[in-house]
Amino acid sequence: MSNALFNALLELGDDHLILGHRVSEWCGHAPLLEEDLAMPNMALDNIGASRNLYTYAGEVEGKGRDEDQLAYLRMDREYKNCLLVERPNEDFAHTMLRQLYFAAFMEPYWQAALSSTDETIRGIAGKAVKEMAYHIRHAGEWVIRLGDGTTESAERMKAAVVEMTPYVEELFVMSDDAKACAEQGILPDREALRTQWGQTISNIFDQALLELPDVKFPQLGGRIGHHGEEMGFLLAQLQYVQRAYPGMSW
Amino acid sequence: MSKETPLWEVFVRPRNGLSHKHCGSLHAADEVMALQAARDTYTRRGEGLSIWVVPSKSIFASDPDQTAENFDPSVDKVYRHPTFYDIPEEVGHM
Repeated sequence: MSNALFNALLELGDDHLILGHRVSEWCGHAPLLEEDLAMPNMALDNIGASRNLYTYAGEVEGKGRDEDQLAYLRMDREYKNCLLVERPNEDFAHTMLRQLYFAAFMEPYWQAALSSTDETIRGIAGKAVKEMAYHIRHAGEWVIRLGDGTTESAERMKAAVVEMTPYVEELFVMSDDAKACAEQGILPDREALRTQWGQTISNIFDQALLELPDVKFPQLGGRIGHHGEEMGFLLAQLQYVQRAYPGMSW
Repeated sequence: MSKETPLWEVFVRPRNGLSHKHCGSLHAADEVMALQAARDTYTRRGEGLSIWVVPSKSIFASDPDQTAENFDPSVDKVYRHPTFYDIPEEVGHM
């Protein structure tokens, strides 16, 4: 069991770390000063959740690895994040849609995890559920304004929907490790969250004048370490300091 | 930019029982976005329990040139300060 929980915690931790890193790339580049504060806020929410998840994963593994070793000292094929979170920022529309898609999944996920049989998971969920509710609101309001905005913003929003939606399915896919944890009541069943995700998105898309496309070929593979080429560049930047100065602390 | 994102004044109430205090301003497209920006800009360190945003154009300020005629006449009227009463300890902050 501890091996399954370790892997399932890495899936969650990697989702949050990689998304947090992607959003943090906006720091200093956001279109408005106000948004330049809001985006690192959201990035730090995601990275904070990943720290808790990695710390717990390290305890469960029992080999003395801490959050830093799990975050910074694995190779690309060892990362289990879904492909959605590693997608490049592209523009503000892509970034906000990716944040919305992820938060619309994680909010009901953490809500369900509040009744986990595992006390640590309940603790992590209690903090994260509020953060995800805010991410839905913040990213959702932008999606509405860009979708129902100018000709250009609407075009960019539609392009983002076409590009990002094939990556959504992977959020719901249960790995064997996730299944084992769900059977024990430790982690929620991802499959069961489709309706809630769909409701959140359709509420927002109705106001944003957007349509959710049918996806014939979902993009999968992140959970087994098959990442896109952008992931290597992301990790190079993420891991650089820890690789260049091993064990450095500041 | 200021046409699409006008200026808003932000008021934050730090604790129950205290009043909202002006803490700054920001640009936002509408009141919903202004509240979110205020949350992200002015309450990141646990400063508040409640936020108000007001369009800056709705605030009318007194004229600095009229400072003397507005405020000087009250300077010599000490009897307007209720300092001639003893306030019981139990009343607390007034």
